[in-house]
Amino acid sequence: MTEQLATLQSTRMPGHPGLPRLLAGLKSPGQVLTATDHERVHGPVPPRSGPELIEMVERAGLRGRGGADFPAAQKLRAVALARGGASAVVVNGSETEPESAKDRLLLTAMPHLVLDGALLAAQAVDAREVIVKVSASAHGSLQSLHSAISVRSDRIPIRVDTGPDGYVTGEESAVMHHLNGGRAVPTFVPPRPFERGYRGRPTLVNNPETLAQIALIARFGDRWFRELGTVADPGSVLVTVSGAVTSPGVYELEFGTPMVDLLAAAGGATEPLQALLVGGYFGTWVHSSSALQIRLSRTDLIGIGASLGSGVIIALGQSNCGLRQSGRVVRYLAGQSAGQCGPCKFGLAGIAHLFDAVVQGVARDHDIDRLHRWIYEVRGRGACHHPDGVARFASSALEVFANEIELHRLGRCGAHAVAA
Amino acid sequence: MSTRLRVNPIACDAHGLCAELLPELIRLDDWGYPIIEQPEVPADLLDLAYKAADACPTLALLVEADRPDRS
Repeated sequence: MTEQLATLQSTRMPGHPGLPRLLAGLKSPGQVLTATDHERVHGPVPPRSGPELIEMVERAGLRGRGGADFPAAQKLRAVALARGGASAVVVNGSETEPESAKDRLLLTAMPHLVLDGALLAAQAVDAREVIVKVSASAHGSLQSLHSAISVRSDRIPIRVDTGPDGYVTGEESAVMHHLNGGRAVPTFVPPRPFERGYRGRPTLVNNPETLAQIALIARFGDRWFRELGTVADPGSVLVTVSGAVTSPGVYELEFGTPMVDLLAAAGGATEPLQALLVGGYFGTWVHSSSALQIRLSRTDLIGIGASLGSGVIIALGQSNCGLRQSGRVVRYLAGQSAGQCGPCKFGLAGIAHLFDAVVQGVARDHDIDRLHRWIYEVRGRGACHHPDGVARFASSALEVFANEIELHRLGRCGAHAVAA
Repeated sequence: MSTRLRVNPIACDAHGLCAELLPELIRLDDWGYPIIEQPEVPADLLDLAYKAADACPTLALLVEADRPDRS
């Protein structure tokens, strides 16, 4: 994902008043909303007591936007229960999903919105500080954050902490481990950060988009929030679209938007599509025939065996080989294992090896049986959900590109290959 | 009130004693790491379950009274 993607302008979905919300005020690529811009676009934050804020977030039905989709108010309440207050609110800006650009966009272009949300959450959980965690390589975000923080005068300190790149470094317990002075790799849970996190105290960890939504809910209310989306999936969401579309980038849309409308907003497909990867590398492949029929809602997505995750949608054109691309992703993900848990370290390596054989067309029936068995057995046996994600991804690839498997065995490939 | 087996996969080093002592509930994968076939421990195997947990050189096998996973 290039830097260019993160600075693309948001698009007002045709015929949808009320958008953009999170991306309001963005007029040109590379623009950064200053504190003055921010106040002009969104207005000031009205004072909201902790209980009042949590109540509003609960009525709004906001769910976390980091991929786990957990009810935001429930998490706030759990941390707010801590006697003596929480140690910190951590803005998890790690965004390690390679094709995702939404968090980087928020932190770079509208840091004040995210920080407003973090401060509101901090008040609700009685936290002593806000820590914004990003990758050391996120130069745009870092510059914007430091600039924004320097002109703010909040009740509690805000600091930025940088961590290493790596797919699993953004996992909640890995972030906590890193902040507590350890390696940026997952730990065995429970306890989870909401019970025992930064410096051993309850800690609220939230995705930047979740906090940005909270900053808006605090201003405009839960009823306003629910003016977009559906009853079951209220509000707006940021989606990063990439692959075979004319205008890849970050788009803000309301839940319930038809998938075809999202693709149209991204300039339409550049060629006939064979499949969509919904949820990024942590998600699943879906045949375009199914994917193009649905709306972006949890029910519709579950119906096609998918979940939005952190909002990444990758379009695969017919000229591309889905099996080959999947092999590359599996190999990458296997290499990203923290290497702490045997089943993940060895299991994913084994899965990647056999998947390669399938791509090369040299896997025999017993190899494919073993591949399926290893995929099945690796689930739930890591300290984190990395192996589960890989299992799910690989499984969906083998299913959606089943025809390719046969073709590759015959030394052919269904994709009208553009280049090697 | 139920008792469940759980492996701390970070602590586990594939010594394999757990599967030796409790084959009814634990088997080993192709690399020697435990797969808990049946996490719920029946009453007649509780003693063996505790023995297996004690025997683990890295204390990776955990025998836990049912605790709702508070996510």
